[in-house]
Amino acid sequence: MSESFTLTIDGVEVTAQPGQSILQAADAAGVYIPRLCAHPELEAFGACRVCTVKVNGRPQAACTTPATKGMIVENDTPELNEHRRSLIEMLFVEGNHFCMFCERSGNCELQALAYRLGIDAPRHDYQYPARTLDGSHPEVFIDRNRCILCGRCVRASRDVDGKHVFDFVGRGKGKRIWIDAESRLADTPLEGEDKAVEVCPVGAILRKGAAYAAPIGRRLYDHDPIGADIEAKRVGAPAAKGGKS
Amino acid sequence: MATETAERKPTAKRIVIEPVTRVEGHGKVTILLDEQERVRQARLHIVEFRGFERYIRGRPYWEAPVLVQRLCGICPVSHHLAAAKAMDQVVGVDTLPPTAEKMRRLMHYGQMLQSHALHFFHLVSPDLLFGFDADPAIRNIVGVARKFPDLAVQGVMLRKYGQEIIKATAGKKIHGTGAIPGGINKNLSIAERDGFLKDLDQILAWSRGALKIARDYTMEHLKDLADFGSFESNHLSLIRADGAMDLYHGGLRAVGARGGKIFDHVDYRNYLDYIAEEVKPWSYMKFPFIKSLGPEKGWYRVGPLARLNTADFIDTPEAEAARKEFMALTKGKPNNVTMAYHWARMIELLHAAEKIRDLLHDADLQGTELRARGERRPVGIGLIEAPRGTLFHHYEVDENDQIARCNLIVSTTNNNTPMNRAVEKVAHDYLEGVQITEGLLNRIEVAIRAYDPCLSCATHAMGRMPLEVEIVGADGAVRARGGKGLYV
Repeated sequence: MSESFTLTIDGVEVTAQPGQSILQAADAAGVYIPRLCAHPELEAFGACRVCTVKVNGRPQAACTTPATKGMIVENDTPELNEHRRSLIEMLFVEGNHFCMFCERSGNCELQALAYRLGIDAPRHDYQYPARTLDGSHPEVFIDRNRCILCGRCVRASRDVDGKHVFDFVGRGKGKRIWIDAESRLADTPLEGEDKAVEVCPVGAILRKGAAYAAPIGRRLYDHDPIGADIEAKRVGAPAAKGGKS
Repeated sequence: MATETAERKPTAKRIVIEPVTRVEGHGKVTILLDEQERVRQARLHIVEFRGFERYIRGRPYWEAPVLVQRLCGICPVSHHLAAAKAMDQVVGVDTLPPTAEKMRRLMHYGQMLQSHALHFFHLVSPDLLFGFDADPAIRNIVGVARKFPDLAVQGVMLRKYGQEIIKATAGKKIHGTGAIPGGINKNLSIAERDGFLKDLDQILAWSRGALKIARDYTMEHLKDLADFGSFESNHLSLIRADGAMDLYHGGLRAVGARGGKIFDHVDYRNYLDYIAEEVKPWSYMKFPFIKSLGPEKGWYRVGPLARLNTADFIDTPEAEAARKEFMALTKGKPNNVTMAYHWARMIELLHAAEKIRDLLHDADLQGTELRARGERRPVGIGLIEAPRGTLFHHYEVDENDQIARCNLIVSTTNNNTPMNRAVEKVAHDYLEGVQITEGLLNRIEVAIRAYDPCLSCATHAMGRMPLEVEIVGADGAVRARGGKGLYV
């Protein structure tokens, strides 16, 4: 086994193992770098750019950039957080995100990040795109209004489930996630227990029959902000800040 | 505009009550005159349109209880529960686990308490305490707070208690998620229960006090109130199998103006066999009626007054004693006095407080079986007695679990014709010439308010609305116009 090494994130020395990305090294050290498309069980993808940090002064996606010895990483800075807010706001206006009745509210990573970063309302105009729903599958419901194109389902289905149910189609503004069937999710080999269903960070891919099962007050982000679990690992970490419902 | 317009009836004149400004919604009253300049007809127009029934189409059925309650911020729990009851059927559940049903009932009684308290203390009490003709600058909640500070505080605290119960059962004071298809998502913790028990005696005492104010006021002014905006009508509500008032569940009962049952213990899933809705070109709000009697004679009242008139008894002792006194006034026959709504509403307020007490002492609320499951069905129909009256939610769900069709008949829609009649009666009695006087406006407002209408619900539109009144003559020309803020 190779030797561990150190880098600094926001001036704090962090120990990393060879092969770790900046994001993984930060997670292990209890430093939270905001992210949406990254998932600990999936291959890094670099799609959402929310985890962008500055490495020796240059912007890099923390999930796809390997940690190296002596790196100077900036993460929790006003400038970077402003960029992150901007990205999240764009995701909100590009889709149809009605948190007030969404069953993922309180458990949604997009919503939780917006709260953590202090977004009250997006600065851009809502685009109200026409998106479709797919309820054909007996166990899984798709609401494309809420898809943020993170590609977690694509990677999970391909790499973990070994099925390739989901993939990207279209380009630019017309880019979307589509399924390995003519039009109905029911015609794909997807099953309710698949990793592809579990990893959706928003309310786009939903397991039927699970809606609102967690009462308000006992949802993932009702009390602690997203990332609090990672920050709790930090030695001498202060108590988590209060979350919002 | 097709039929029933002044243009098509040259023998009619019209008086319209118009808002000063158009906010998000508005109530408009038109008073139609005949050639002798007597009141021929009055119409309360609700001309806003929000379209919930349309845009819920395609949504997954389990979203309905959370989504449709956005119709309203006053009694969202009613929509939450009516939709949940409909979705119980969709998931094939006819009997909820006791914990689930009792948690929902607690939520509902909490809502009944807060909604009735809000209406009586904040909206109605200024009229009762200062009189209909008092200066509007005094005749409002601020005036009440100045002259009767204890009362104003009681109103706030009663409402708060109800809201806290909603929070403990639904997760939030407004727009919670507690009721889910087939059950509920939480029980009541011992700590939550004990918190409510601590204040219960005070809540009961304040509820008794509110009932006394409404009762005494009605008795003292009986002579003036008996005829004020009053008329004979049928009455409709849900009723428990043994004839008791039941605000959460039961069969449909309709009684005539002088007693006598029109139908009884009807399984509400068959409501379409008994109730139909008429559409009129001058209002977005539909006009429901009892089919067997037809639209002319089949319209009915709902809400506290109707529930007192349909119930054989109330199953909590203090409210039952109050009911007996209330019914003795009409010798056990239905009470058709519009202003008696306030007294009836406060009997229900006390009933809700008593029900909350009983439920808090029920160990089922700490049970852990929260949800039942069954075989999927294509249709769900849920009815509940909302604070303002019977509320109908009807959904068809397709094989993809998406809502294909939705019909809502809200309490205020059920009271549509009665509110028109009340305004007509007031206009008939108080219109002098073709002048829209302050006295007329006040009385129209008071009559409408007796029904505690939620006009936003009724057209699925939102907002507080100004009241506009227009008088239109037999030739179709507007003869007078006036308006004021209508806080309903």
